[in-house]
Amino acid sequence: MALLDVVGATVKFGGITAVNDATFSVDGGSITGLIGPNGAGKTTLFNVITGLQPATSGRVRFKGRDVTKATVNSRAKMGMARTFQRLEAFGSLTVRENIQAARDIYAGPRGWFSLARDPKIDELIETVGLHRYVDQRADSVPTGVARLLEIARALAIQPDLLLLDEPSSGLDEAETESFGELLVHLASEGRAVLMVEHDMDLVMSVCHLIHVLEFGKVIATGTPDEIRSNKKVQAAYLGFGDDDDMPVPDDIAAEAEAIVGHHVHHIDERPRPGALEFPGAEMQNEITMQIPAVGGER
Amino acid sequence: MAASSTAVWAAEDVEAFVSYTVGGLFFGAAYAIAASGLVLTYTTTRVFNLAHGATSMVMAFVYWQLHVQAKIPTLLAIALVLLVIAPLYALMLERFVMRGLGEAPVSVALVVTVGLFMILVGVAQQFWPADTYRSVDYFFGYNSFSLFGAHVRYHYLITVVVSAVVAGALYVLLNRTRIGTAMRAAVDNRELLELFGASAGRISMLSWVVGSQLAALAGVLLVSYTGLDYFTLTFLVVASFAAAMLGRLTSLPLTYIGAMVLGLAGSYCRGYIHGGPLVQTGLQSSLPTFMLFLTLLFVPQVRLRVGQVKGILAANVPNRSRSAISGLGLIVVCALAASTLNATNLLRFGEGLSYGVIMLSLVLLTGYGGYVSLGQMTFVCVGAAVAAKMDSTSPLVLIYAILIAAAVGAIVALPVLRLTGLYLALATLAFAQLMDNLVFKADWMFGFGVTLHAKRVSLFGYDFSDTAAYDVFIAVVFVIIGLGLLVLRRGAIGRLLIALRDSPAACGTLGLNQRWFRVGVFSVSAGIAGLAGALLAGVHRYVTEADYVPLQSLPILLLAVVAGVTSISGAWLGGMMYMLLLVLQTTYKGAAGFLFLIIGVGAILLARDPNGLVNFFYRGVRRVVPSLPLPRRGQPVAVDVERPVEAQVAGHGVA
Repeated sequence: MALLDVVGATVKFGGITAVNDATFSVDGGSITGLIGPNGAGKTTLFNVITGLQPATSGRVRFKGRDVTKATVNSRAKMGMARTFQRLEAFGSLTVRENIQAARDIYAGPRGWFSLARDPKIDELIETVGLHRYVDQRADSVPTGVARLLEIARALAIQPDLLLLDEPSSGLDEAETESFGELLVHLASEGRAVLMVEHDMDLVMSVCHLIHVLEFGKVIATGTPDEIRSNKKVQAAYLGFGDDDDMPVPDDIAAEAEAIVGHHVHHIDERPRPGALEFPGAEMQNEITMQIPAVGGER
Repeated sequence: MAASSTAVWAAEDVEAFVSYTVGGLFFGAAYAIAASGLVLTYTTTRVFNLAHGATSMVMAFVYWQLHVQAKIPTLLAIALVLLVIAPLYALMLERFVMRGLGEAPVSVALVVTVGLFMILVGVAQQFWPADTYRSVDYFFGYNSFSLFGAHVRYHYLITVVVSAVVAGALYVLLNRTRIGTAMRAAVDNRELLELFGASAGRISMLSWVVGSQLAALAGVLLVSYTGLDYFTLTFLVVASFAAAMLGRLTSLPLTYIGAMVLGLAGSYCRGYIHGGPLVQTGLQSSLPTFMLFLTLLFVPQVRLRVGQVKGILAANVPNRSRSAISGLGLIVVCALAASTLNATNLLRFGEGLSYGVIMLSLVLLTGYGGYVSLGQMTFVCVGAAVAAKMDSTSPLVLIYAILIAAAVGAIVALPVLRLTGLYLALATLAFAQLMDNLVFKADWMFGFGVTLHAKRVSLFGYDFSDTAAYDVFIAVVFVIIGLGLLVLRRGAIGRLLIALRDSPAACGTLGLNQRWFRVGVFSVSAGIAGLAGALLAGVHRYVTEADYVPLQSLPILLLAVVAGVTSISGAWLGGMMYMLLLVLQTTYKGAAGFLFLIIGVGAILLARDPNGLVNFFYRGVRRVVPSLPLPRRGQPVAVDVERPVEAQVAGHGVA
């Protein structure tokens, strides 16, 4: 049985369907990628899995237990941890204290009065590579470091399933590469990683399985090779059409190129769900307006 | 209809019913007007204006000044109040106090509006001293018309009609005008609205203007019934909080329904429920607060919001040795001070130190935790009641005071702590009123104007009958609690309190059961307040209900913030300041309002930097003698709203 099963998850914000009957699963010890255009519902799905967002319908099963109605904290206690696309580091604590706070939560009230030094904290700092920043306030470190901090903090509660929401944004190329190694290392320890990511090189190189989400629906599932050659995915991501008169924004083109393996010059004008047409984005509090939806802006 | 009713009911029953109904509709209409102003302001600016009732009160005084004193005709006077004075007041308020406050942490916004409350009460007391009786006639005096045999005052009819007109006008404003549409959009999503280029400033100004106009209108309509008084009108409008809450602070139609239900229920209670003074005044006056408390219990769980830019003002914590030395120093200073004071001042000093312990309870709750309690005095009163009821010299009195107050605290907190800080603050306010009306005033408790005796504790056979020694004892207790709080602050609990302020969502996804954690913190804070109450009871050796009016919670909160609610030294200073305030108020009665005014202004100025006056003091001393080992505190940094989202998240700004 899979570690995590999402069955028919649907989330509606008013008239907008952010996640539409999404079904997929994540196995223990594997790295699973969750990709899709902006506004496809990836972060909403993360919120449903972790309990921050109740699903309109559908079920979430974790370790064989139905956790659809479980509270956020009880899911975490069962072995689920996540990072956030919009950072949620404890800004006024130092990097070390951030991890320590997570350890405090993990230890529970009995641990709050213990004077013993927790060796796990240094271990995590070492694993994720934060030693240069340990005594800096979390709101003063670069975004990339704060993302790594969130991963260390999530690992502090020793989760079996780690949900990463765009973990590599803010990292440079070298950092991304060592981050990829970290992911492989985590999976080798038997942990499952579910990752929303826009860096397709990273996704294609580390993920064992990829789910592609479009309009809140899982439209494809497969290994990186299968996803690369999947026509539906190409269409979803790029909206190939006949009228090639829209220039492709550079970042989208790069993402697309990583998937289809050749450079993309033009896309069609089919309207795409972007943040502007997607009031649900407000619910997740992510205003993803900086990247125009493919072909969406006229 | 009337005929069939009379078949069942006697004519005078119908008459009574109609007159209660009309009275209820009158109150309901006035509540509805007040509540819709509150809701409008809250939804568009995210500031819950606790001073809404005080605004009504001051505007009613202004109306009296114009209409009764300056003999300006009714309609002109009302027009002046509603169209000139209230908007001017609102614009000043918006520009200099409220702008941007909705983005600040809830605790800051609440403290600021409590500060405004104190300012308004202060202004009223200063300009319209309580030495003369003031009243405003009903519209058309006592003229009335007959309805099923009941006399219906034209004033009541006018009020109901006005509230219907207000409802219509609000509908037109929100649905038929451009800015109204923008205001409604602001309710749904402020960020998106601003991205579309709507001016948040203009929306905020308009909503404050309309909100204040509605508060003023409610004041003008109610004042003939209540008479001019600083608190009756203020708290009558607090009843509108309940109506607003029924509309979940967003829905105007539900708010109207809530207001009408509340008005009618109150009126029928007055008419049909008879009983002792406790039932008569207690039940009636607690009805709105009871409804508020009840509504809060049924507000659905708020979801953890992700991606909010949370501000934090971390005060650095002194290390163990430094805090121990400071503690010893404080005890020595208090002992020296106590040895020089005369009997009266010794009692006052003891009071001040006890108030300091109350402030310590706020350091934990507000300073560290970021929660606002508007009913801290209730727990103090519970502690004092325990001391009085036990009337024993055993130190167990103090232990029981702590435990019982903590238990009462948990009872208040448990149902509402799943909600946000605003709801907790309102619940504590409602609970404080309920406790005062139904418990503290009850015969088995204090009764009306009864004085209960309390003994001072004795330790190891020493009975502290010498007030100077008792003062030093309180100072020692203060230091012990203070050091205890610092230990908590340095340890896991302090870390988690900050973590919870910075990101509740992250704490949740890491597995923290926030509800129990908060209940624990609130309960410990209540326990400390209870201890303060038991100590305070021992200072004078007697307790009366009048010493613990719930309203006192507000100046205590404000003084804690002014003095510095994030630090132990701030709590000590706050306690002393509160004692001085009481002394000054009894010495210079004319300046009572002025003092409220100063505290209010201080709170508004300092709320955004809760490190308070002690911080200024330390900064000043450090400048003169830089080598002194004084605690350093984090400096607040202004939030830069212009910064792009990514940058802002990385550098959690301080609001």
